[in-house]
Amino acid sequence: MTMFIQFLIDVLSLGGAYALMALGLVIVFGILKLVNFAYGELIMVAGYTMYMVSGLGLPWLVMAGIAVIMAIMAGIATDYVAFRPVRAKSVTAVLITSFAFSTLLQNAAQLFISPRPRTVPLPEIFSATVEIAGVITPARNLITIAAAVTLLAFFAFIMKRSILGIAMRAAATHFTMTRMLGVPANLIISSAFAISGFFAGVVSLLWIGRIGTVVPGIGLEPLLIAFIATVIGGMRSLQGAVLGGFLLAFIDTGLNYSLPQELLKFRDAFTFSLVILILLWRPQGLMRGPATGQRT
Amino acid sequence: MLEVNSLEVRYGAIRAVHDVSLTLAEGELVTLLGANGAGKSSTLLAIAGALRANGRILLEGQDVTSWSPERMVRNGVVMVPETRDVFPDLTVLENLRLGGYVRRSDQAGLAEDRERIFELFPRLKERGDQPGGTLSGGEQQMLVIARAMMSRPRLLLLDEPSLGLAPTIVDQIFEMIVELKRSGLTILLVEQNASKALEVADRAYVMRLGRVAAEGTAADIAAASDLKAIYLGG
Repeated sequence: MTMFIQFLIDVLSLGGAYALMALGLVIVFGILKLVNFAYGELIMVAGYTMYMVSGLGLPWLVMAGIAVIMAIMAGIATDYVAFRPVRAKSVTAVLITSFAFSTLLQNAAQLFISPRPRTVPLPEIFSATVEIAGVITPARNLITIAAAVTLLAFFAFIMKRSILGIAMRAAATHFTMTRMLGVPANLIISSAFAISGFFAGVVSLLWIGRIGTVVPGIGLEPLLIAFIATVIGGMRSLQGAVLGGFLLAFIDTGLNYSLPQELLKFRDAFTFSLVILILLWRPQGLMRGPATGQRT
Repeated sequence: MLEVNSLEVRYGAIRAVHDVSLTLAEGELVTLLGANGAGKSSTLLAIAGALRANGRILLEGQDVTSWSPERMVRNGVVMVPETRDVFPDLTVLENLRLGGYVRRSDQAGLAEDRERIFELFPRLKERGDQPGGTLSGGEQQMLVIARAMMSRPRLLLLDEPSLGLAPTIVDQIFEMIVELKRSGLTILLVEQNASKALEVADRAYVMRLGRVAAEGTAADIAAASDLKAIYLGG
């Protein structure tokens, strides 16, 4: 029983973080049908913002707020710098500009800050542990679960109830038709990038909470996780991204618990084998989403 | 109200529309006829701002040729494309709500319009919470027209509303178009069902291979049976 609760907390906290990462990626993909490869760098931007404001003696929550705002701004900047100028021209161009923007931000961090890890302030509660039903677990896991549940519920509410949320869901299936009802294209796209930045910022706080430091390449792993989660879940569906995040966390955690010690270092190989099996079974991902291949 | 001068639309090297000129007066129902590939839809899309075009499009004297579709809607011109484009995973109510996007600050007016639409189409009210993708073809056509009406347009561009629908449904759709005209709306209607369109229209343009081949009152065009044979396939 204890084992089960421990497992459940691990899956939910890891899955919550993965789901938020995946949502940040898929919200842009859904509308532009393009993967934003600079997504990982939004996570990096939030991390370095935390490092840079750490000397100001602000309360942690204020610093966290600034970091998230910086990630949102970096997200909108991605649209303006890497996407908007070439969006109408070719898919290849946008893929390359998003790679270029990603590399540019990483190199800027290496050059102007340092290639070596930098310490990021963490609130004390992140290193505390709590005991529930005989299970001792880091408080940060519970914070991650709470943050993920709150944000997923809030996001679902916005997408369902606000006119902008409805417009974004509409734009994911028929972008031009959405414009022909009077919704400005740039508003939709910038909003998608802002939401993507918001999720990246929050993920950054939770992700860095595990390690306590930030490096220029910090965004690579979350980008990869988000990408895999959305591919498993179905790239066209927001629910699919969330499902994919939790499923990937379930696989990862399950392997952590069940693999013998000497195989544990090959865990990723097992994870990816399972991912391949899932994709052989459902090449479209678990959730299909509305059928349209229309690009914008 | 609308004046189109020497409109030209290209898809790469292919010219779909050459030199089309047409006018619409306030409150008129004008139909644009022609065989498949005559350039009717391209003309409509260009007016709606969804296709880039050369030439000049004047809306109440103002040059709107290079305007974006969203700007056209804000200025009272809305198009219902032949592809119907119901948002399949949005409910009927959400589809309608999005149609009223440009008037989102006028909640009272939107609620009123929605009620009026539900009186006109009781089917849509019954299916309010169903995803648009689950509706039948006729219901989807009613939904997209209703959705366009939520923006309270002054000029409605209708592309092939009868396409693929059963004859009884087509009759209903045309009754509704007449109803909309009676309420003072200016309508430009593209149709392949020429006889139906000529019954309801004030004037007609016949397009052939990207050009206007004939124009006149609906009665004149209907009477010129040779035109029918040549351009409308019977």
